[in-house]
Formats: sequence, structure tokens, C-alpha cells
Amino acid sequence: MTMKASNRQINGVTVVDMSGRITLGEGSVILRDSIKDLLSKGQKKILLNLGNVTYIDSSGIGELVSAFTSVRNQGGELKLLNLTKKVHDLLQITKLYTVFDIRDDETAAIGSFK
Amino acid sequence: MDRNVTKRMSYTLASTLESVNRAESLASEAASRAGFSEDEQSNIAMAVREAAVNAVLHGNAYDPEKKVFVVYERTSDALVITITDQGKGLDPDGLPDPLAPENLMKGSGRGIFLIRAFMDEVKFRNIHPGTEITLIKHLGRSAATEEEAQ
Repeated sequence: MTMKASNRQINGVTVVDMSGRITLGEGSVILRDSIKDLLSKGQKKILLNLGNVTYIDSSGIGELVSAFTSVRNQGGELKLLNLTKKVHDLLQITKLYTVFDIRDDETAAIGSFK
Repeated sequence: MDRNVTKRMSYTLASTLESVNRAESLASEAASRAGFSEDEQSNIAMAVREAAVNAVLHGNAYDPEKKVFVVYERTSDALVITITDQGKGLDPDGLPDPLAPENLMKGSGRGIFLIRAFMDEVKFRNIHPGTEITLIKHLGRSAATEEEAQ
């Protein structure tokens, strides 16, 4: 399944709805480019909706970490929304679950941005 | 080594991302046929994907002259997958721990950690030139029973 990403603006927060696989190659590149594009436009409050992400590999995990770091380095916030069990488990075993701000309610997540 | 192999499939793949996807897909099919649960199939496929990425990207460095060899073997009690590249070799003991605080926020370095997390046994062998990695997942009682019922 091809990776797709589309953006919505809600109360100053950019919700990025992602679907498909975040893996080495196209999936990771789309995520990287999406974050780069948002930061270049000054959009630094980013909520990544991973509800329809079916699969993520180590490259995709690395890309999420890089995205988190890039946004934070520019004074912004990046949070994750609606993790599937598979992605949840991967972030647990890689000890990244506590690094990310992970949410399961979109409205509450949007309200949590500073 | 007598692994009591009951089924064996071998493939020679180019050093491309398409090969990574192919190795992953074949692993998922082999795991399904062996009777592993959906979760186990997914984990085995991911481990194979990570090993194939290492072979294509870090081993063969996308060199079109170099190949990746993937062998799927079903034994009486396990699925054994061997992935071999023709690269410069790998020292698995020299890899940084991705869970160490200083490495936690790095953008790479989790592949072999995930392979080890998802497989029962992982063996590396330097074959000069190249690396052979063997991934073994033992069939649990439920998986073996499912296949016998088919």
C-alpha cells in the first residue's frame, strides 16, 4: 500500500493524516518531506495521525524520531495520534513510547498544544 | 548441520528496494504456510525486511553487480531464513545499543535490534566478502497444530 499524507488545519495545529506504510524508500521520504514542508511554512504544531498507518519499519521509526527532533529544534511540538497496536508495540520495544507525546483523542490532542 | 528440512525455496535478488519488498512478502507467505499466527507472520516478515535492508543498503550498497541470496527453509520445528550479501561484512558485536540513552534519539541503528526482538535465534557469519544472517523462528504448539489440521 502506497504511503499517503494529507494535512488539515485545526486551531493552529496541523493534523497530518498518514496512511499506508512508513518504510525505507517512498514512505520515509514522504514523511520527511511533509515535515520539512510544514516547518518551512512556519507550521510548528504538528499532530501526526497514524491511525491508518499499517506498517512501519526501523527506517520509519528513525524518520519519526528525526521529525520529532527537527520540530523540537525549531521550537515546535510534534505529537502522535491514533497508534495502531503494531506501531504502539514497536515504540514500546524501542523505548520510544515515553519519548513521544502519544494521544488517542484528536480534540484533546489539539487542545494540548501550547 | 542437519536441520531436517522439509521444504526449501531459494532466491537470488538484485540489490534494490524492490528486492527488500519481495523478501518481506515471501517471508510472510512462508510464515503463513508454516502455520504461524498473523502477529508472528508480521514479525517474521519485518525481521526479514530489516535483514534484507541491511544486505541491500549496508552490505551491497545498492551495487548492481552484487546480489542478495535469500533461502527459506521449513524444518520439522522451525522456519529458517538465511539472507546473504556480497558486501564488506558486518560486526554485529560492534553495533551501538539503540536503547542506550545516547542512542535513543538517533535516526537509525534499530534494524538488527528489531530482528533479534522478533526472532528466536539470529546468527551472523562473515563469509569474506559478505555477511550471512540466519533467522530462526520455532513453531509453537498452536502453529504446528494449525498446519496439521489443514
